[in-house]
Amino acid sequence: MADILIAAILTIITAATPLVYAALGEMITEKSGVLNLGVEGMILVGAVAGFATIHSTGSAALAIFAGLAAGALLASVFALLVLGFQATQVATGLALTIFGIGVSALVGQDLVGIAYDGLPKISIPLLSSIPVIGPLLFQHDILVYGSFALVFLVAWFLKNTRPGLVLRAVGNSHDAAHAIGYPVIRIRYMAILFGGAMAGLAGAYLSLAYSPLWIENMSAGRGWIALALVVFATWRPWRVFFGAYLFGGITIFQLHAQAFGVGVPAQIMSMLPYLATIVVLVIISRDINKIKLNAPMCIGKPFHPTA
Amino acid sequence: MFVSLVKRPERSQWMVYLSPVIALAMTLVSGIILFQLMGVESGKALYAFFVEPITHKYGWAELGVKATPLILIGVALSVGFRANVWNIGAEGQLTLGAICGGGVALFFYGVDSVFVLPLMMVGGILGGMMWAAIPAFLRTRFNANEILTSLMLTYVATLLLSVLVHGPWRDPDGFNFPESRIFSDSATLPVIWAGTRLHLGWIITIAVVAAVWVLMSKTIVGFQVKVVGQAPLAGRHAGFSVNRVIWFSLLLGGAMAGLAGLFEVSGPIGQLLPVISPGYGFTAIIVAFVGRLHPVGVFFAGLLLALSYLGGESAQITMNLPLAVTGVFQGMLLFFLLACDVLIAYQFRLNMTRGAKYG
Amino acid sequence: MESAFGALSKTMPHDQTRMMPPLLQLQGMTKSFPGVLANEAVDLEVMEGEIHALLGENGAGKSTLVKMIYGILKPDAGVMSWKNAPVNIQNPAVARALGIVMVFQHFSLFDSMSVLENIALGVERGTDKSELENRIVEISNRYGLPLDPGRHVYTLSVGERQRIEIIRCLLQNPKLLVMDEPTSVLTPQEVTKLFETLNRLSEEGVAILYISHKLNEIKALCRKATILRNGKVVASVEVESETPQSLAAKMMGEALQAPSARHHRKAGEVRLEIDGLHNTATDQFSISLKDIRLKVQSGEIVGIAGVAGNGQDELLRAINGEEMCQPADAIQINHQPCANQGPNQRRGLGMASIPEERLGYGAVPAMNLLQNTLLTAFQRLGLVKAGFVDNRRCKSFCLGILESFNVTSSGVLAEAGSLSGGNLQKFIVGREINQTPSVLVVSQPTWGVDAGAAQTIHHALHKLAENGTAILVISQDLDELMGLCDRIAAICSGTLTRAAPVSEITIEQIGMMMAGIENPGTEKSQDVCQPG
Repeated sequence: MADILIAAILTIITAATPLVYAALGEMITEKSGVLNLGVEGMILVGAVAGFATIHSTGSAALAIFAGLAAGALLASVFALLVLGFQATQVATGLALTIFGIGVSALVGQDLVGIAYDGLPKISIPLLSSIPVIGPLLFQHDILVYGSFALVFLVAWFLKNTRPGLVLRAVGNSHDAAHAIGYPVIRIRYMAILFGGAMAGLAGAYLSLAYSPLWIENMSAGRGWIALALVVFATWRPWRVFFGAYLFGGITIFQLHAQAFGVGVPAQIMSMLPYLATIVVLVIISRDINKIKLNAPMCIGKPFHPTA
Repeated sequence: MFVSLVKRPERSQWMVYLSPVIALAMTLVSGIILFQLMGVESGKALYAFFVEPITHKYGWAELGVKATPLILIGVALSVGFRANVWNIGAEGQLTLGAICGGGVALFFYGVDSVFVLPLMMVGGILGGMMWAAIPAFLRTRFNANEILTSLMLTYVATLLLSVLVHGPWRDPDGFNFPESRIFSDSATLPVIWAGTRLHLGWIITIAVVAAVWVLMSKTIVGFQVKVVGQAPLAGRHAGFSVNRVIWFSLLLGGAMAGLAGLFEVSGPIGQLLPVISPGYGFTAIIVAFVGRLHPVGVFFAGLLLALSYLGGESAQITMNLPLAVTGVFQGMLLFFLLACDVLIAYQFRLNMTRGAKYG
Repeated sequence: MESAFGALSKTMPHDQTRMMPPLLQLQGMTKSFPGVLANEAVDLEVMEGEIHALLGENGAGKSTLVKMIYGILKPDAGVMSWKNAPVNIQNPAVARALGIVMVFQHFSLFDSMSVLENIALGVERGTDKSELENRIVEISNRYGLPLDPGRHVYTLSVGERQRIEIIRCLLQNPKLLVMDEPTSVLTPQEVTKLFETLNRLSEEGVAILYISHKLNEIKALCRKATILRNGKVVASVEVESETPQSLAAKMMGEALQAPSARHHRKAGEVRLEIDGLHNTATDQFSISLKDIRLKVQSGEIVGIAGVAGNGQDELLRAINGEEMCQPADAIQINHQPCANQGPNQRRGLGMASIPEERLGYGAVPAMNLLQNTLLTAFQRLGLVKAGFVDNRRCKSFCLGILESFNVTSSGVLAEAGSLSGGNLQKFIVGREINQTPSVLVVSQPTWGVDAGAAQTIHHALHKLAENGTAILVISQDLDELMGLCDRIAAICSGTLTRAAPVSEITIEQIGMMMAGIENPGTEKSQDVCQPG
C-alpha cells in the first residue's frame, strides 16, 4: 500500500514540476507589471528545443539549456514588441502562443515518434536510502530538484533582496519607479526573459522527463493552467508551488481513475484539470479586494516614459 | 545616435491602413528567409503558398469555404476586442455550435423538411452562446478572467465532442470509427456555386459582416462597446453598463462561433468528427487584429488568412512542406502587425545627441 | 490668506552666502516637446540655504524645468552648474549623488508597500533595514514628521504620504530640496507645519526650490522668486519688495483681469437634496460616505472643500448615479427620489456632472469631439433614434459648444486627447452646461488648466447659477471655492460638514472643517481626520 502511495506521489511530482517552473516564471514577469499570455507557446518551443538537442547531441545538460534558451528567446520577441514597440500585452501574448505552436510543430516534424529514456535520476547518497522520504524527495532528476530550489530562491529573492524589492516596486507603480530613477524597461525585460526561460524549462521537463518524446501541442494547456495558478496563488511563490502540486494531484488522479476503469468515459475525466482551473479561478477572483491588494497594480498597463 | 519613439500629437489614420500592408510585406520577406533556412526554393514555395491555390475556380471557392468561419468569428470577436472583452475560447464555442447544431441534424436524421436546416442553425447559435455565457457569467458575477475561463472551456468542448462521437453519436454502421452518421440532405447546407464546396454560409457571413458594420458605426450599442473598451470610467460616467457590454460581446462571439461550427459540420464536413476545425477559432483572433477590428477589414483579413490555410495545404502537396508552416506564417503576421501598429500612435525620431536613455 | 502664515518668521539667509557662488546655476535651459516649447533659455540661480520660489501658471514650464534639474528630462540646450562646476545630470541617481532631491506633486509612492519599503526604494542600496528604520524615526522626530514605518501606504492620508516623500529626501542629506506644488494636497494647518519644517531645513543650510502658483504662500515662505510665463523667465525678484498683486501681474501677464465682483444671485427652490446618504466602501482604496446631508437651491453655488481622498470622488459618483444606493430618497433631484437610479435616469431628471479626471473619465481621449459629445448628451438631447445615432444634430450641438466656450481645436473631428488641458476642460464643461441642467455637480473645475480657461469656466458657472441652476463644486482649491461659492462645506473621512455661508467663515475655520475638527453649527467636535 505504501509503495502504491509513494508511486502515486512520485507521479504527482512529475506532473507538478512543469507547472512549478512555468507558473513561478510567469509570476516574476507579472510581478514586474507585465502579463505574458504566451506561456503555452514558450513551453512548446522549450519542449521541442530540449528534445531536438537530446536527439542530436545526447547531452541532457545541453538539452535542458536549449529548452531554457528557446523559451527565453521567444520571450525576448514578446519583450521587444511590448516594451519596445508598445504593443498591447494581451494581443502579443496570444500571438506568442500561436507562433510558438506553429514553430514548435515545424521544428519538431522530424522528431515525432522518436523515444528517449528520460533524464537520469540522481540519487542523493545516504538521504535517498531513508525509507519513504528517500524515494519521495531524494531520487529525482535534476529538474525536480531544481524546481524545489527555484521556489525557495524566488521566495527569498522577493522578500529579502533589494532587486526583489525593486521588481515589486516596478510592478506596483511604474511611474513612481521611473520618477525615482529605476530603469523600468530594463527591469521588465529581465523579468520577461526569466519568465520565458522558466517556461522553456517547463517545456524541456515535459519532453525530457514527463513523457520523454515530442508530439505537437504536447503541453496540452499547461501554459494556461500556469497563468491561472498565478492568480490562484495571489502572486505568492509558496502558494504557486502548492497550487502546482494540487493540479499535479488532480491530473494524476484522473489518469489513475481512468486506469482503474471508473465507469465514466476517459474524456470526461480528462476534463477535470481544466474544470478545476475554472473553479479555483472563480473562488479566488470573487474576492475583488484580495485580488486588488495582491495583484501588481500596473499589470497589463503599457509604460511609456513621457517625462 | 539612437532611435527613440515619440508620441504623435494625433493618431495617424494613414498607419491604421498601412500597418497591415507593411506587416504582410515583412511576413513575406521573413517567409523567404524561412524557406531558405529550410533549404527550399523560396520563389517556388511562395508561389505554391500564395498564388497556386487561387489559380483555378475551385481554389477561389475553397477560399470562400475557409474564409467563412474565419470572417464570421473574426467579425464577432472584433466587437468584443473593441470592448476589451477577450474571448479567446471561440474554438470551444465553435465546437459547441457543431455539437448542438449537429445534434439537431442527428435527431432529425432522415427527416426531409425545410425546417431542419434553420433549426440546426438555431441550435448552433444557441450552443455557442451557451458556451460563451459561462465565461460571461463568471466574469460579471465572480470577476473571473474570461481569457482563462473561455480557453479552458475550449479543451472541455473538444473532449465533449470526443465523448459524443466515440459513444452515443457514433455511426451504427460506421465500422466503429469515431464519426457520426453523415447528415441527410435536408441537414446539409446548399452549395451556391455548382461544382465547388462553397455553401450558403458564405452569403450569411457577408450579411453578418454588413450587419456588424452598421451596428458598430451607426448605433448607440456599437458606440457603447467602443467607449467601454477604450475608457471604462468614461463609460460608467456616461451610464453605460460594463457588465451588459461583457455579456453582449461574449454572446455575440459565441453565437457567431457556434454558427461557424454548424456551417463546418453541415457544409464541407457533412458529419461530426472528433476534430472539426484546424484552429479557426484561434486564427480568427489574428483575423480580427489584422482586420483592424473593423468589419470590412476583417472581411479581407479573413480572405488572407484563409489563403494561408489553402497555401499550407497546397505547399504540402506540391512541395512536401509541413502543414505547420501555416501556423508560423500566421503568428509572424500578427507579430509584425503588432510591431507596425506602434507607428499609429508614435513616430520614430533620430536623436543626434548622446544622452541618457533609461527607463 | 496671508494671515494663515503671518505668524511664521521668514528665514534670512546668512550674509556669507552672498559671497559664495550659487549652489545651482542654470543658463539657457531649453526643452521642447512635439508642438510645444516648454522651456526657452531659462536662467536660474539658487543659493545655499535659500528658499527660492519658482512661480508660474499651470503650463508655464515649471515642472519641465525641475525635471531637468532632477535628471528626469534631458534638456535640448543649456548649461547646469553645481557649485560653479558644470554638471551633466543624466538621471536622478546623478542628481541625488550631488545632493539634489525632489518631492513630486504626484507622489512617487508604491501604494501596496510599506512606508519602510517605500523609503528604502528611495535611498541608495546597501542600507540595513533596522538601521534605516532608526534613521526614519530620528528624522521624523527632529523635523516634526510623525510616521509609522510599518504601515502600508494605501492606509495613509495625503499629508502622511507627503511626509514619506520628504523623509525619503532628508535621509540623503540633501543640499537642494525641490518641492513641486507641495501644498495643493494639504489643509491650511498642515501647510503651516510644512513651512516650519522647511524653515528649519533652510536654517541648517539646505536650499529649497519651491514651485507654486500660490502667491500668499510665496510671500510667507520665500525670499527670492523666479517667475516663468510660457516657458520663459519673465522676472527674477526679491519677494520682500513685491506684493501678491505685483507677483500676479508678472505671472499672468495680459491674462490678468480684476477679480470678478461678487455675484448677487437669488437662491430659489431646492433642486438637489441629499438626506442621510450612506455608501459603504467597496475596497480598501476607497472611502465610505457617512450620513451625508446637503441641500442645494436653484441659483446657488455650494462648494465642498477637503483634502484629496476624503470621499470627494465617492460623493460625486453617488450624486451622478455611477454608484447607486438605498434608500431611493437619500438623493432627490427636483424632488424626485433617485438614489437607486443610474446616470442616465438622473440626467433625465435634470442632472449633469463633470468629473475631476478629464482623460478617460470626462472624455474618451482617442475619440473625436463629436463622439465625446454623444457620450453624455445623447439622452437629454435626443441624439439617438431607434438605436441609431443622429449625427447631424450631434454635430450642430458640438459646434455650439466649441463656439460658445472658445474651444481651440481642429474641429469636431479632433481627437479629445489632442486638445490641451484647458481646451478639453472647456469642451467638457460646455458639453454639460449647454444641456441646461437644473443640477450640476462639478469636481475640480479648473484643475491643471491655464488662467484663461479657468476664467472662462468660472464665468460660465456664475452665469449658469444666475439662470437658476443649482451647482455643487467639489474642489481642493480654497481660493477657487471662496471666489465661486455662496456656501462652503467640507468633507473629511466621508463625513460632510454643514455648509456655511462664505461671508461668515474664515479660511482657518474651513481648514478646521477640512481636518474634521470643527463643524459649523454643531457643538461637538468630531474625531481628528484620518482618511483611509
